[in-house]
Amino acid sequence: MIQLSITENIHNWLFSIMPEGVASIVEMVLIAVVYLTIFAVTGLFLVLLERRVAAWFQLRIGPNRVGFQGLLQTMADAIKLLTKELTGTERADKFLYNLAPYFVIISALMALAVIPFTKEFHAFDINIGIFFLIAISSIGVIGILLGGWSSNNKFALIGAMRSGVQTISYELSVGLSLLTMVVITGTLQLSEIIEFQKNGWLIVQGHIPAIIAFMVFMISGTAETNRAPFDMVEAESELGAGFHTEYSGMKFAYFFLAEFINMFIIAAIATTMFFGGWLSPFGITESLPWLGVFWFLAKTMGLVFLMMWFRWTFPRLRVDQLLTLEWKYLLPINLVNIVVMALIVWLNLTIRF
Amino acid sequence: MSYFSDIYNGIRTLLTGMSVTGKYFLTSRKGAITQQYPDNRDTLKMFDRFRGEVIMPHNENNEHRCTGCQKCEIACPNGTIEIIWDRGIDEVTGKKKKKIDQFVYHLSMCTMCALCIDVCPTDAIEWGQNFENSVYDRSALTRVLNKPGSKLMPGVED
Amino acid sequence: METEVVNTNFKSEEYFINMGPQHPATHGVLRLLLTIDGEIIKKVEPDLGYIHRSIEKMCERDSYQQIVHLTDRMDYLSANINNEAVCLAVENALQLEIPERVKVIRTIIGELTRISSHCLWWGVMGMDVGALTTYFYGFRDREMINDIMEETCGARLTMNYNVPGGLMLDIHPNFVKRVKDFITHFKTKLPEYDRLLTGNIIFQKRTIGVGILSKEDAISFGASGPVGRASGYSCDVRKHHPYSAIDKVTFNEVLKTEGDTYARYLVRIQEMWESLSIIEQLIDNIPEGEHRVTTNAVIKLPKGEFYQKVETARGELGVYIISTGTKNPYRLKFRSPGFSNLSLLNHIAVGGKIGDLVATMATLDLVIPDIDR
Repeated sequence: MIQLSITENIHNWLFSIMPEGVASIVEMVLIAVVYLTIFAVTGLFLVLLERRVAAWFQLRIGPNRVGFQGLLQTMADAIKLLTKELTGTERADKFLYNLAPYFVIISALMALAVIPFTKEFHAFDINIGIFFLIAISSIGVIGILLGGWSSNNKFALIGAMRSGVQTISYELSVGLSLLTMVVITGTLQLSEIIEFQKNGWLIVQGHIPAIIAFMVFMISGTAETNRAPFDMVEAESELGAGFHTEYSGMKFAYFFLAEFINMFIIAAIATTMFFGGWLSPFGITESLPWLGVFWFLAKTMGLVFLMMWFRWTFPRLRVDQLLTLEWKYLLPINLVNIVVMALIVWLNLTIRF
Repeated sequence: MSYFSDIYNGIRTLLTGMSVTGKYFLTSRKGAITQQYPDNRDTLKMFDRFRGEVIMPHNENNEHRCTGCQKCEIACPNGTIEIIWDRGIDEVTGKKKKKIDQFVYHLSMCTMCALCIDVCPTDAIEWGQNFENSVYDRSALTRVLNKPGSKLMPGVED
Repeated sequence: METEVVNTNFKSEEYFINMGPQHPATHGVLRLLLTIDGEIIKKVEPDLGYIHRSIEKMCERDSYQQIVHLTDRMDYLSANINNEAVCLAVENALQLEIPERVKVIRTIIGELTRISSHCLWWGVMGMDVGALTTYFYGFRDREMINDIMEETCGARLTMNYNVPGGLMLDIHPNFVKRVKDFITHFKTKLPEYDRLLTGNIIFQKRTIGVGILSKEDAISFGASGPVGRASGYSCDVRKHHPYSAIDKVTFNEVLKTEGDTYARYLVRIQEMWESLSIIEQLIDNIPEGEHRVTTNAVIKLPKGEFYQKVETARGELGVYIISTGTKNPYRLKFRSPGFSNLSLLNHIAVGGKIGDLVATMATLDLVIPDIDR
């Protein structure tokens, strides 16, 4: 097995040149910097990808002038946003108004920390992995509600309330569909789930209920991140821009980036739970475990593309139709699915290689 | 029972819609209808009848066909055309005849309705295909259509 | 004059929102004053006049050839049909004999304009309910019609091709071939429109049963065009008072009875098929002849009142001229379809939600310069 033990080497080197306490702190700071970079670069790349994919669906060419094939386009947009004036309303609640974007960023970063990119590249491998992920994604709602309330603007408030209701309802479906897969694996820890999938990806092992769980997860995941066709919240052809109407400049960029990173996280969770994480299909590159990053990114990008395809094809659902979909259709299907999956596991009818 | 048929129907129509956009995505390289404008100026050709701006064609001897009858000035709905004319002695017949000094055309007011070109009896003015008329200084949009030193082509009567 | 909206019946839970003049969903500069309770709309009040350019007053000082170019800018999506209305009014008043060739070409170009307007309507309808790619597909098909217009008439939006007496120029030699290519292309695209939007379950749930207009209300508010026909009111001017070459072709008037948003949508899609069939019947046998009848340089209508109505893409457009025998009309009035269609917005939107209001306005197909003139 060819291993690049980069983390081992850096760890040993740090501990050899500094006392222990300082070395662990420096190590943690280093990891935080790496993850912030991943966050920023992924966000920038995803924004550009969305614009180009949208253009190809719409019979046109996306941004292709700034840099080779438009790769520096988002940098240019970020620099533009930095130079914008930070407007705020007069009677807005200053403290909450400034605090709101940070909630969404923090929840996105914490979720990013637990995702296994490959065997070595896993920042925080706790034994309640999936449970932690679902809990963290609930913190993002606070940011949205605070942003809408503190803007002191009718439109922002309507948008924030709608978004709050939508996110809280769909979290149930996300949790239950992931629970369906945990029934097969029997463990919540993410690295063990991926080890379990060496006998075949979970979507193959749990055939019918796993496929239903995957479809439910994709639908609820799209609704969690307020993306079309569930984007009544920030619908441009309705009331203004929803909860981030009053934000401009860098704070708006935070909300915007956080939405894309949330999309990436949902796709990453789906890859980990259903499609084998960083494992290669049929174990082709088993001997090069660091190639897992490429497999992981390829699968995640495929699911991100699927979510973009949804956005640019379907009309929007009205708010009451959103909630009907969740409480009358997705939730009963989910509950029945868990029972079916439990039956299949008990009767040993899962497919194993 | 309609619960399940509802779900099945819904998924089927959604997948049909996705197939339409998916097909366009796959043929996007050739199917994009964007014209990359400033890059294709060399090959861009407008139609003959395209209404860019009004021009007065001159031949090789710097002669135009405008007799100063003012029919276009009367036909124009909003005063875009102003003709400055005078009466001078015609060389051939020796009689007094109208001739134009300046044909002033306000591009900023023109609505491209083609009434002036339609009514001209001698085909003195016609459509030019140039559409890149933006300027930084508004006075550059007031044009004099007859070139300095040009005169009426002999033999043109209205 | 400052109009202040004073709501005296304001209950405490209701609040008041301005869907202001600049808004992505109101198709122009229209201000809607909404009184909302939670998500339910209680009252809608349109506020017009943001794009009033006094076209009718300008017509009082212009000659009859110059009036035609002003009508281009009223309902700019059916510009050719507007021109045709004024030209027909003047020609009928002067009792001119128009050659067959002119009538047939006017009908073909009118139907092409109708298809172009409905293509844009479809694109914008999809965009309003959230499917953002339909806009581009509609515009791609519209580009082909724009190219046909540009080659023959010279302009893409404000054509000014009809003059009292006929057409300004004869059609370009490539006209027939281009129209036939367009028909073949568009016949493959209309089923795609159906697969993308009409059959979509999300779209059907957004539009079925929303914004219902009964037949009696349609007649009493004066709704015309597809809005009236979707409620069962047979109001097609092309059937009841035919003009140009319409009486030579056979086509169906599309009627539905439900009167909701989905019915209005289906009526317009079906109208596109009917227009294609009209063009197909006419394009192969354009009669030879003159393209213009010479009139005096200065047209003077005899004393009296003259009225002409045509069917634009939005409904019935009427031109009413009062002439005292001079070279300018004494008074010219346009009966615009959008004005009557807008007046029923309060009646059908009350009780629905904000999302329903957007979908309903998209199917009323309002073009605000037509309302404000």
